Amino acid sequence: MTGWFSARNIAIVALVAVLLLLPVYIELGGNRFLLSLFTRIVILALAAVSLNLILGYGGMMSFGHAAYLGIGGYAVGMLAKEGIVSGFVQWPVALGASALFALVIGALSLRTRGVYFIMITLAFAQMAYYVAGGIARYGGDDGLTVNQRSQFVPPVDLTNKVQFYYICVALLLASVFLVWRLINSRFGMVIQGARSNETRMRAIGFPTYRYKLTCFVIAGTMCGLAGALLANHTDFVSPSMMYWTRSGDLIIMVVLGGMGSLFGPVFGAMALLVFEEMLPFIIKVVATPLFGPTAARASEYWQILMGPLLLLVVLFARGGIDGLLRKLDRRERP
Amino acid sequence: MTAPRAEPMIAPMLQVENLSKRFGGIVATDDLSLTVAKGELHAVIGPNGAGKTTLIAQLSGQLTPDEGRIRFDGQDITALPMYRRSALGLARSFQITSLFLDLSVLDNVALAVQAHAGHSFRFWRDARSEPGLRDPARAALDRVGLGSRAELPASLLSHGEHRQLELAMALAGSPRMLLLDEPMAGLGPEESVRMVEMLRALKQELTILLVEHDMEAVFALADRVTVLVYGRVIASGTPDAIRADAAVREAYLGEAEGAAHG
Repeated sequence: MTGWFSARNIAIVALVAVLLLLPVYIELGGNRFLLSLFTRIVILALAAVSLNLILGYGGMMSFGHAAYLGIGGYAVGMLAKEGIVSGFVQWPVALGASALFALVIGALSLRTRGVYFIMITLAFAQMAYYVAGGIARYGGDDGLTVNQRSQFVPPVDLTNKVQFYYICVALLLASVFLVWRLINSRFGMVIQGARSNETRMRAIGFPTYRYKLTCFVIAGTMCGLAGALLANHTDFVSPSMMYWTRSGDLIIMVVLGGMGSLFGPVFGAMALLVFEEMLPFIIKVVATPLFGPTAARASEYWQILMGPLLLLVVLFARGGIDGLLRKLDRRERP
Repeated sequence: MTAPRAEPMIAPMLQVENLSKRFGGIVATDDLSLTVAKGELHAVIGPNGAGKTTLIAQLSGQLTPDEGRIRFDGQDITALPMYRRSALGLARSFQITSLFLDLSVLDNVALAVQAHAGHSFRFWRDARSEPGLRDPARAALDRVGLGSRAELPASLLSHGEHRQLELAMALAGSPRMLLLDEPMAGLGPEESVRMVEMLRALKQELTILLVEHDMEAVFALADRVTVLVYGRVIASGTPDAIRADAAVREAYLGEAEGAAHG
C-alpha cells in the first residue's frame, strides 16, 4: 500500500512531530514565547476540531461556536473566584454547562435551515457574550482574572508550562481520535448522510433531528473543554472569548485547514495563528526599504492582507490545506 | 354465529380514503381514494400537474394531508412521520434523483440498510466494516446490476445508474411496499427496457405503487391503473378497462387530439 506515504500523511506526521517536540526545541535554546503561542494554537485547534465535527462532517454552519469557549472558560473562572479550584469539579462543570447550552441552542436552531440556522446560533452566542459582560461580580466587560489554575492530584501541575502544553496536545490528539471514530461509526454515517441529503435521510427512515442534535452537543462539549484549557492558559476570562469574531476565527480555521478532514482544523488553526504572528513582521521587513518608517505603522494593519489571502483560499484552494495535500497526492500518482 | 361476509377478504396493503391536500387555492389532491391490494403493481397515471407526486409525498409522509386517512397493512399511518413509515416497510424512490452524491455507491445503499437496523446511536465501531450493513447493501446493488460500481462516488454514475441506485436503496431495507415516483424518467430506450425487466422481477415479491409517464411501461407492468386529473380519480381498473374508458381517453390519453380541437 503506497497510500501510507502520501503527502497528506507525511504532513500529518510532521505536524504531530512538531507539536510533540516543540518543548524539546525550546529547551535547546529556542524562543520561549513559542511555547505560549503553541499552547494557544493547540487549544484553539481543539475548538476548531470540534467545530469541524458539526460544520465539516455534519454540514451545520454554526456561527456561535465560540460561546462554548466562553462557557467552558467562565465555568473555570467563576468557580475559581468562589474558591473552588479543584479541576475535578471545574472541568466537569465546564463540560456539563457547555453540553447543556449546546442542547438548548441545538434543540431550537436545528429546527431551522440555512441562514436561519446561522443567525440563531450567532444570536445565542451574542446573548452569552452580553450576559457575561453584564455580571459585575465576575468582572463584567473587563473580564475576570483566574488567580489559580485548576488543581489536580500532585504529579499533574497546570502551572508547569511544559506539562500544561503536553496535556493540551494530548487532549487535542484524543479529540481528533474521537472524531475519527465518531465519523466512521453508524452515528457518523447518519451525520454525513444528513449533510449530503437530509430529505433523503428522513425518507429512508432516519429521524435526523435527534442525531444532529446529539452531534451538536458532542461538539459543544468538546469546545467547552477547549474553553476550560484557554482559561487556564491565559489565567483570564472575558466576554470577548465569545464575541462573534472569535466564532468567525474558528470557522476560518476549519475552512482554511479543510472542512470535513480529520487534521484539517489543526493545520488551519496553526496556519491562521502563526500567520497572525508573522504577518506584521513580514509587512515590516518587506515594506521598510520601500516606504521607510511608515511601514512600521502599516504593519499594524496586517489584517488587510489576511482578508485577500482567505479569499484566495476559498476561490482557488477549495478543501483548504488538506485539499492541497490531496491534490499533491493525485499528481504524484502515475 | 353469523357466517363471515362472502366477499374476498384479502386485506389491502395500502388504503387511501378521501385524501385532500390544498396549497393555497390550488387543490392538489381532491377527495382521493385508492386501494392497493397485496402483491399488486398499481400504476397511477395522469397528465402533468395531476397531483401524482403530491400523492406520493403524502403516502411517504413528506407532506401531511389536510383531510383523509392512509392505512398501510391495516395500520393508520396518516400522522406518522416519514421515518416511521419507512421503518414499517413502506419505501419510496424519488422522481428527481435524490442520492448522497458525495458518498460512495455502496455507502448510499448501506445507509438505507442501516436505517432499518435499529437505532444508529453507535459511536465507536467502524460502520464501513460491519458485514451486517455491507453485505445486504452489496446484495441490493447486485440485484439492480450495480455491483461493479460499488466503490465509486455516487456523483460519477450516469443518470440511468442513478435510477438503478435509487431502486437499490429502496430495496435495501427489505420493504413490503415500494412507492416509485417515475423510475423511467430521463432513461434512454435501452435503460428503460432494463428498468421494466427489473420492476417485473420485483413485482413477484413486493407490492408496488408506480407513478409513471411512460405509458408503454405502465400498460406492460400494471395489474391495476388509477387515472388522476386535477387531483381527482377519474378512473380506476385493469389496464384494458382503462384503455377502453371514454373519460380517460378524453381527459388524458387523447389529450393531444383535444388540444388540436381547441
